[in-house]
Amino acid sequence: MSSHFPAIIIIAPLIAGFLISLSSLANRRFCFPIAVAGLGIAFYSSIGLIVSVFEKGVIQYRLGGWAPPMGIEYRIDYLNAFVLIMVSGVAFVNIFAVKKTAERDLPEKLGPFYSLYVLFTAGLLGITATGDAFNLYVLLEIAALTGYALIGIGSGQNSGRAAHSALNYIFMGTIGASFYLLGIGYLYIATGTLNMADLARVLPSLFGSNVIMAAFAICMTGLFMKMALFPMHGWLPNAYAYSSPAAASLIAPLTTKVMIYVMIRICLFVFTPAFSFEFINIKGAMVIVASVAIVAGSLFALSQKSLTKMLTYIIVAEVGYMVGGFWLGNKEGMTGSILHIANDAVMTLCLFLAAGIFAYKIKPRGEILIKDLGSMFSRMPVTMGAFVVAGLSIIGVPPACGFFSKWYLILGGIKAGQYWFCAALIFSSLVNVILFFRIFESAFFGSTCSNHEHGSAHETGHHNDHEAVIDEAPASMLVPLLVSTAMLIVLGFGTKFIVTQIIEKAISGMI
Amino acid sequence: MDVLGYIISKYNYWGFVLLMMVGMYAMIVKNNLMKKILGMNILQTAIILFFVSTSAKTKATLPILEHGHGDHAIHAVDYINPLPHVLMLTAIVVSVATLGVALALALKVYKEYGTLEEDEIFEAQKKKLNPEMQEGEVNS
Repeated sequence: MSSHFPAIIIIAPLIAGFLISLSSLANRRFCFPIAVAGLGIAFYSSIGLIVSVFEKGVIQYRLGGWAPPMGIEYRIDYLNAFVLIMVSGVAFVNIFAVKKTAERDLPEKLGPFYSLYVLFTAGLLGITATGDAFNLYVLLEIAALTGYALIGIGSGQNSGRAAHSALNYIFMGTIGASFYLLGIGYLYIATGTLNMADLARVLPSLFGSNVIMAAFAICMTGLFMKMALFPMHGWLPNAYAYSSPAAASLIAPLTTKVMIYVMIRICLFVFTPAFSFEFINIKGAMVIVASVAIVAGSLFALSQKSLTKMLTYIIVAEVGYMVGGFWLGNKEGMTGSILHIANDAVMTLCLFLAAGIFAYKIKPRGEILIKDLGSMFSRMPVTMGAFVVAGLSIIGVPPACGFFSKWYLILGGIKAGQYWFCAALIFSSLVNVILFFRIFESAFFGSTCSNHEHGSAHETGHHNDHEAVIDEAPASMLVPLLVSTAMLIVLGFGTKFIVTQIIEKAISGMI
Repeated sequence: MDVLGYIISKYNYWGFVLLMMVGMYAMIVKNNLMKKILGMNILQTAIILFFVSTSAKTKATLPILEHGHGDHAIHAVDYINPLPHVLMLTAIVVSVATLGVALALALKVYKEYGTLEEDEIFEAQKKKLNPEMQEGEVNS
């Protein structure tokens, strides 16, 4: 059983997806338990996988018993075992939180919603686990197509904008995926193989070839589009901000991070560092692009009035962190980048869960503006507390995990002599201070939000005793939020273990 | 003359690049969402064409033993490479699915705004946003 974990981790959510759409025809109440079961099995398998990677080293799983390079191989090493836990954990925790929102916002579409949810997770887990470049494309499209649909579902008065921004996301996403496929086609012509390990074996003799150069450039352009690196980020903010909060808290933490994982996988384990960092000289240029992404993302975030829009631009800036850290090309930068994949996923999850709760309680239909969060501390102390911890982690305040990955990134930047990158990181941290303390201030001292949608317009005039009203979200939403908040601190304290036991082993021999 | 020969000898690659650019042009420049969707489909088809054309080979046949040329031993030269075709079967499925999702979303956009022209959609979004903002200001 445990030897089949690499397959089970994908198959369990896939089958759950089918069962959900079947059972939703009979009774919508079955959808949620099936989704939980599928994701639970995937989460359990991911834990089993990392344990067996610790015990036995790299796992090579042959799907259908076909030996690579002919057959498709799933290859689990330290790097993707780590990312698998992150993906399946976020999806598993999040599904409990979105239950209420989904039931209220999308009562007619519960079946499609849950089956898209688990299929999206299956796609991302597959991208992470696979050792075959074309299989990665197929799973990329599974994750992307379900992601488009989840965003397009929309809810309330945003549903038109959600559909429109999902359509824009389709255009950008399809160009990105098509470019990746084209790059893989070039690689296949030059090498005759699609297996990543086999490619890494064949490619060093072909480094001078123009075909390989073109393949690398096209692949990377496609991936940058998919991960929303700054000039190509146009699809992200609208798509995430106008989608239903139930979908946003799944897609926002995972999509960009998994794409960064794919970039690391392709650069290190297909093209090998000898090509990516030494043969072609784009390290410096990429770090500058990433620094620009960080600064631009932070400035855009600063100019937003809407809470979710602000959070999406923070994601754009964070993509710059990870891309820049990776292209520093030294051990510290790489460590920071990989550590930040997990940290940022949990931070973003936490922020979007809190935003989902605000949307659930104060503005069921429509964008939450920052000014709507007045006196939130007295109304929702728990949610706001979690939001503060996540905000401090994004800023980079020590016990929370965001500090440690930023520390490694800045160390890497100094070691590589890329002071502009360090400056951009610090600038972004300072902007994050403004962004979050602006919210904390109005949540502490501000007046009650002006436009309740629960027909309480008459209260606004004489609402002086607002501290008495505690109007907290239901426990099913609070518990996942608190779990993810606790994870922020746990990841922070566990940094040493993660870095020495997982990340150093994942990139050993590469840098 | 040399240039012409170069172009003709690699005409399949020129063809796919041309198609791809047509698709990307439509996606970037066109104002109508339907035309953008068509451009997206042309882009995907171009890449399918590229893959399939790489495995084309003259005087070769399907990689099935019974259809081989003559009775001699099996030579790879006599068979075309089936793998790109198989890969593209998957890519065709993906492109059909993408087209389906895109059309469904376009339908939803049309139902909401009554148009598929992007500038009119932006106009409608602005109009929808403005009364809402005024309402917010009145309340505060």
